[in-house]
Amino acid sequence: MQDQALISVKNLHKWFELRKWGFIHVGFVRAVDGVDFDIQHGEAVTFVGESGCGKSTLARTILGLYQPTKGEIFFEGKRLQRLGRWYRSQVGYIQQDPYGALPPFMNVRRILLEPMVVNRWGTRAERERRIREVLEEVKLTPVEDFIGKFPHMLSGGQQQRVVIARSIVLNPKLLVADEPVSMLDASVRVEILQLLQRVQEAHNLGVVYITHDLSTVRYFSERIFVMYAAKLVEKAPVRELIHNPLHPYTRALLDAIPDPDPENAFKFKEVPPGEPPSLLNPPPGCRFHPRCKDKIEGLCDREIPPEFEPVPNHYVSCWLYK
Amino acid sequence: MEALLKVEDLKLYFRTTKGVVQAVDGVSFELASHTAMVIVGESGCGKSSLAKAILRLLPRNTHTYTGKIYIDGIDAMSLSDEQFRRQIRWQKISYVAQAAMNALNPVIKVGSQVAEPLLIHRRMRKEEALRKVVETFQIVGVPTDFVDRYPFELSGGMRQRAVIAMALVTNPKLVILDEPTSALDVLTQANIMNALKRIKEEFELTYILITHDIATSSELAERAMVMYAGQIVELGNAGHFYLEPLHPYSQKLMASVPTLREDKELDFIPGQPPSLINPPAGCRFAPRCHKRFSACDREPPMVDYKDGRKIKCHLYA
Amino acid sequence: MKRLWETLQELTRFKSALVGLGILAFIVALAIYTVIAIPYGEAVRLWRGGEDVWRYNPVNAKPAWISYFTPRKLPQTRVLRSEEHAQMEEETVGKTSRKVTITYQFRYTADLPPSELALVYKPVFKKKSPLVSVTWVTPDGREYTFGRITVKSVSVHGRYWYSVSRDQKLVQLFGTQNVEEGLFCRADDPKRVQKGDHRVVITAYLFEPDASIETELVLYGTVHGLAGTDHLRRDIMVGLLWGTPVALSFGLAASLGTMITSVIIAALGAWFGGFVDSLIQRLTEIRMIIPTLPILIMVGMFFSKSIWVILATLLVLNIIESSVKNYRAIFLQEKNAPYIEAARSYGAGHMRIIFRYLIPRVIPWLIPSFVLAVPSYVFLEAALAVLGLGDPVLPTWGKVLSDAYGRGALFQGHYYWVLEPAFMLMVTGFGFTMIGHALDRIFNPRLREI
Repeated sequence: MQDQALISVKNLHKWFELRKWGFIHVGFVRAVDGVDFDIQHGEAVTFVGESGCGKSTLARTILGLYQPTKGEIFFEGKRLQRLGRWYRSQVGYIQQDPYGALPPFMNVRRILLEPMVVNRWGTRAERERRIREVLEEVKLTPVEDFIGKFPHMLSGGQQQRVVIARSIVLNPKLLVADEPVSMLDASVRVEILQLLQRVQEAHNLGVVYITHDLSTVRYFSERIFVMYAAKLVEKAPVRELIHNPLHPYTRALLDAIPDPDPENAFKFKEVPPGEPPSLLNPPPGCRFHPRCKDKIEGLCDREIPPEFEPVPNHYVSCWLYK
Repeated sequence: MEALLKVEDLKLYFRTTKGVVQAVDGVSFELASHTAMVIVGESGCGKSSLAKAILRLLPRNTHTYTGKIYIDGIDAMSLSDEQFRRQIRWQKISYVAQAAMNALNPVIKVGSQVAEPLLIHRRMRKEEALRKVVETFQIVGVPTDFVDRYPFELSGGMRQRAVIAMALVTNPKLVILDEPTSALDVLTQANIMNALKRIKEEFELTYILITHDIATSSELAERAMVMYAGQIVELGNAGHFYLEPLHPYSQKLMASVPTLREDKELDFIPGQPPSLINPPAGCRFAPRCHKRFSACDREPPMVDYKDGRKIKCHLYA
Repeated sequence: MKRLWETLQELTRFKSALVGLGILAFIVALAIYTVIAIPYGEAVRLWRGGEDVWRYNPVNAKPAWISYFTPRKLPQTRVLRSEEHAQMEEETVGKTSRKVTITYQFRYTADLPPSELALVYKPVFKKKSPLVSVTWVTPDGREYTFGRITVKSVSVHGRYWYSVSRDQKLVQLFGTQNVEEGLFCRADDPKRVQKGDHRVVITAYLFEPDASIETELVLYGTVHGLAGTDHLRRDIMVGLLWGTPVALSFGLAASLGTMITSVIIAALGAWFGGFVDSLIQRLTEIRMIIPTLPILIMVGMFFSKSIWVILATLLVLNIIESSVKNYRAIFLQEKNAPYIEAARSYGAGHMRIIFRYLIPRVIPWLIPSFVLAVPSYVFLEAALAVLGLGDPVLPTWGKVLSDAYGRGALFQGHYYWVLEPAFMLMVTGFGFTMIGHALDRIFNPRLREI
């Protein structure tokens, strides 16, 4: 079974129709526009990209919150048509804003109970036992101190622990974590990332980790997928990508990320001009070409670059590597 | 060099239903002209309150507001509210509030909003003010035709630049930036940092940058201040701070910053920052500190360390 | 439950809320007391009444506590029974007839004459009815003889009412003065009461051996009870008391009913969107241009004036009221909240999300507006009653007002008749508003002071 991918996404599209006054068709916002990838059992993959590049839409489509416009998702070899309860119990979801992700009117017990009630999981005693189990797993101990609390009584880090607990309460095989630490304080971030890593390893979970912050990636995942304007432009193992970025966009992105260093104050950063294109009307050819300083006239602005593999296991959609 | 901003024993307490919050508790520092200082700390450590205290933007539930503030030689605390508004705010110090880019009025054109300080503080005519806005837009890198656009027509980065333009438009000496890039993407963030650096050199500005993002803060910092539970725990040159933080809190904080290029074992600070209502006696960081010893039950002094660094810790006494 | 308790505790921080809670507690206690002390059937009977129930009450008497505010001593109603307050003498006349002399001797010290005088005969006989006559001796020695009648017809209760105030002979005798003034005021100053001992002698001839007679002399006062009486001698207190549970239940039921249903409808529309939402929106818009009052008046005129029918109509009308739009706006914001998305991601169904996730979220907004809406429904009920659409059987504040209005209470100086129900309405409104605003401060984060 291990050789079969946990989740396999083929040519996935998610377009949103844009209408004027509710009925006149204006166009499609191509939030996800032809994305392919596989994630193995127990593998953590990071999707990195700027806001509006479609990474959250991708996460939601994988979760089944959106129906794909085109393309297929296979989960353990099974094609997902209508996403039933079974699939929902296989995928856990961790959101960005821990306070918003928890219903403010429910206490921790109720929050953790909900997924089990909805999925008719276990008996009353089993559910109670499971709640304690996951709370201990996310280190909200002693459990009795937390089980009756409402979200507003918890700190940001504790809230995010509850969110993580909820995401694993049904024993899923895949976790989708959409910017799980970006709203937390620096000192708590590491704690939560380490917790996520522990949980992932303990249950051999596949993880889709979505972030705009590359600096946290290396502490967590094995592969990075770089997303730009609704497409994946580069896929590579973490170390390889950081030390040998191939796509001009990836390079710019890495250059822009500061490490704490007093020297920074005396340097200007090279940043590609302009802003990411509108997904309503993306440029033809490579979507990065209007901002790319290495673009090949007549090719990059006409043809959509296919995926090349200049280095083994390192895929890049850029004509520079044909 | 004469200090542009001098703060002595500044206190700002708030009254709440649960008790008095000591948001800023006895903060003293000096800031030389044409330097950039960053204030880092966890959320709720009082760094934004410090900015508001300097600008005298006090909420209704202010309990205590004492200390001395000298701005460009003016004793700001002796001014009346009206004098302060006329002489200091936007004349000497301007302010880019946290998430200000999302606070732009959606139904007023960006240009008119940016011109507002000129109309109020400089009593300029509208056309004159808009000319000045166009000038400032060029400086911060906003296309000049954006003057006639509405905020929702601008991207996040452009709105943030417009807000920075609003702070620069009256040519102040000191600009206080509260988390100016934290909601933005990395590339946009780098762009804005570039712009801020360039503007600082061009106009000999002084910055106070408030942020919880230590990596980004290093882009601008010449001086660094670390706040914990309403107090300064470390103050020094950025060069020293980023390479060799001294206070145990600064050390832990620095160890928790993920780095892209170098491999390092990440660390985190266990526990929670103390409540600012009834903070612990003695060193406020002691309950979470890995180097705690018996002396920590007493309030630590502000120690003058070598290279002009100041550390509030018994370890260096 | 715990949160409810916490909210209550927080409420006590607001002085206005304390006042409101005090008022509410008083009203609720009053309502409970009323329902227990005067059961529904009894209340209806009392209010429908007829002369029999209230015969011993004066007409349009002021509340008794009025006398605290005037230096004059106002007369209360006195019922003087022959068994207790009079001396009876009997002598035989002829073969079978007897002459009974009932002599009342009473002291009158009030500063106003009674509002009305009546004699009640309670005769026992088989065929031949007794013959009576009355001699009234005033304190200054004037003597009037009147009321020579045979006590023929007797009502079910065995009482025969003789109105002294309307006695032909006395009316003629006193001319411009009314009978009470004539009997109780001084001869030289017809506006001042002659204080002192009156003697009233009733002579009755009984024509059967087993016949007997008892009498009651009723001196109606000008004040009565805590609330006074209306034109039908009814104690207004009954109306005020029973108005409390009616107003409370009507206000709470209408407010709660419309709120719950419109919240659910708004949630359904906001959640499902599309056609469902459009339909609800259009219905709401149509409803918003239909005026409520005329429809309620029509229902009252043609269908039923029962308060519960009116309540049901109001509910049906207000389900798709403008508040649906407000709730919808909140729900549209909330439906994209991350925790709703999370619930969808673990498979919660539509109904579960609506009832378990969406609606609980808005409860903090609902509670204050629910409390604040109660008075408006209470006032609406009163307004309907004044318009003549009050419940025909139940005594309510609105009915009392309506009667007062119909009888021109204010023109005749019966201020209490209007002010009492108005005061109850105002106090109720005040109590709910005080609590509502405090709740708003607690639940509405924008109004919350740090």
